[in-house]
Amino acid sequence: MTKKQSYLFTLIVIIAAISLVFAGPSWAKVEGDTIIFGAAVSFTGKYSTNGKHTKNGYDLVVKRVNEMGGVKVGDKTYKIDIKYYDDESTPARAGQLADRLIKQDEIKFILGPYGSGPTKGIAPITEKYKIPMVEGNGASRSLFNKGYRYIFAVLSTSEQYLAESINLLAEKFKEDGRDPKSAKVAIAVENDPFSMDIRAGVVDDAKRWGMKVVIDDKLPKELTDMTATLTKVKALRPDALIVSGHSKGAALAVRQTAQMKVDVPMLAITHCEAADVVGKFGGDANYTLCATQWAPTMTYKDEWFGFAGDYAEAFEKEYGYVPPYQAAESSAAVLVYVDALQRAGNFDTEKVRDAIAATNLQTFYGWVKFDETGKNIAKPMVLRQIQKGKYVPVAPRKFAAGEVIFPKPKWKDR
Amino acid sequence: MDNLLILFEAPIFSLQLLIDGLLIGAVFALAAYGMALVWGVMKIINFAQGEFVILGGFIVWTFFKLGINPFLGIPLAAAVLFIVGWVLYQIVIVRIVEEDLFISILATFGMAILLQQLMNQIFGADVQTVDPGLDTWFLFDGAVTVLQIKVVSFFIAIILGAILAVFLKKTRLGQAIRATAQDTRAARILGVDTNKVYATTFALNAAICGAAGALVVMTWVIQPFAGLAYTIRSFMIVIVAGIGNVAGVVFAGLGLGAAENFAGFLFGAEFQAAFVFSLLVVILLYRNYKLRLKRRYLK
Repeated sequence: MTKKQSYLFTLIVIIAAISLVFAGPSWAKVEGDTIIFGAAVSFTGKYSTNGKHTKNGYDLVVKRVNEMGGVKVGDKTYKIDIKYYDDESTPARAGQLADRLIKQDEIKFILGPYGSGPTKGIAPITEKYKIPMVEGNGASRSLFNKGYRYIFAVLSTSEQYLAESINLLAEKFKEDGRDPKSAKVAIAVENDPFSMDIRAGVVDDAKRWGMKVVIDDKLPKELTDMTATLTKVKALRPDALIVSGHSKGAALAVRQTAQMKVDVPMLAITHCEAADVVGKFGGDANYTLCATQWAPTMTYKDEWFGFAGDYAEAFEKEYGYVPPYQAAESSAAVLVYVDALQRAGNFDTEKVRDAIAATNLQTFYGWVKFDETGKNIAKPMVLRQIQKGKYVPVAPRKFAAGEVIFPKPKWKDR
Repeated sequence: MDNLLILFEAPIFSLQLLIDGLLIGAVFALAAYGMALVWGVMKIINFAQGEFVILGGFIVWTFFKLGINPFLGIPLAAAVLFIVGWVLYQIVIVRIVEEDLFISILATFGMAILLQQLMNQIFGADVQTVDPGLDTWFLFDGAVTVLQIKVVSFFIAIILGAILAVFLKKTRLGQAIRATAQDTRAARILGVDTNKVYATTFALNAAICGAAGALVVMTWVIQPFAGLAYTIRSFMIVIVAGIGNVAGVVFAGLGLGAAENFAGFLFGAEFQAAFVFSLLVVILLYRNYKLRLKRRYLK
């Protein structure tokens, strides 16, 4: 070979190598016989508690699946593992880290972070690289109205969180021979996307029943006191008070309605367990309705964990506390991947995406079936009422084990 | 406007709002008092004020979990925060105390972030509260409820403020602090160890915030990232009242508390803070206007 020829040959090889790298389907990050998922989760910052639940939920599935032999993709069985980064509870950082997971670490399967905010930070990135993300902790409906193709959420979206309480109120009104149209609803939600979605769901349902929304307060993020809103509740006497403001809102609602002895027939809130309202306020928390994605008392089951109760037991054995739904939905997200990979039979991200989209799976967390926007439409929200310090499922009434106590007894009778 | 009608039809709710506002205002005033002290003496605007408050709350909460009465926790929180304040002074503030105001804002803001994250690591991100075991008073057939803990906080805040005022007036150290505030150079020439005065002032401020935090955790809830609300309110109270105006700080604090509650009732919780800050703008414009009148007069 002349010098010129060898130069040309080298050039051809380089071009061929480059085109090989860039062309063709993108393949998953598989090291040896391990499939590696990527996740940016909040280990520090304001979501760190729930970030921990998320990670524990993911890790428990990893451990269980590996113990049970692993995931069969094609004709080979693989172990699974997760590469984590700390998104510091900020959406922008979550986005950067997703970029890093995909570009630098070459990870092709993303698991969601905790919270709608960070999930919103990541969704455009996974969309850009056409990498699927299965998430269990981003419920904001704004994630599902942008035409994203690669995001899949196993949880119920946020507008469903407390809408059920309005239906329950209407049913109770009918039972008592009253017209649901005469019901008055008070809403106090935090001014953030997630809580505003919850509000939208409640307002929609109230409108459907012809109920009147008499208070519609948006609580500031730096909320420390609900006195003004609760004074209004005392003045206007609504039939239901709906509060959502993460843990802080839950703690304030329960504490201050008790302190100010605000008598309202129904108090429905989110984040009861995250705020540990039973542990903190004891009897004062009784009769509160709590929205939850999942409860260990549900009767769903799957091949990896068995029933919801078995999952709860395994989780508690591993981490020493009862799994909150944030952990359960995170676990469910990994199970969806496991199922989809087995059905796809290879690591082509498009094929896996299509397999995820076609999911129709019962997990210990509930049924998972996605609509075209990536929302799980097969699992309802659950409402539980705190009765004598215990969470009793009361709605939807066909799955409910217990009966709701309505109206709440007045404070002077408690 | 419907909400305004309620107040006219049932004026009793105004009383509820007023009482709650004044009682919460006292706690704001306490934190603001500390801020005014540091601002006046050291020319530093402490943006970590709210974090000191929250830290005080967490200290009480920690002792409470160990079985210590939360009211005993107040002096304990103050003592711990005094030490924290002293240490922070020696590490950070000492380097910036004679620098430009902007640098002090940056530095204390950095401290605020650091404290938030440390609290988050140590105490967790959860919302916490302490039950002081007090009850509620009912007035007017239950239409007005007065929390005993809020009343107790109110008086503790006022008493602490009074003790502080006396301390500054009467004691040797208090006089040194006031002298430094008036003229640092002159105080130094007259033999005041201004560095010690600074350290004490900053630590004292932290201790005041600690006590305020103890009252906050017993009355409301705390969380590592909830400090900003207290910083901003303190800042605003000090601006309205002016530095070194103890009575002004107390009245501005009480007024702010009441104004916030009424605004929340009338316009909804989302405009609670917005209303108050609009009020701040109005007050500043009014002040500016009055000052200008004065200037013209002097001419």
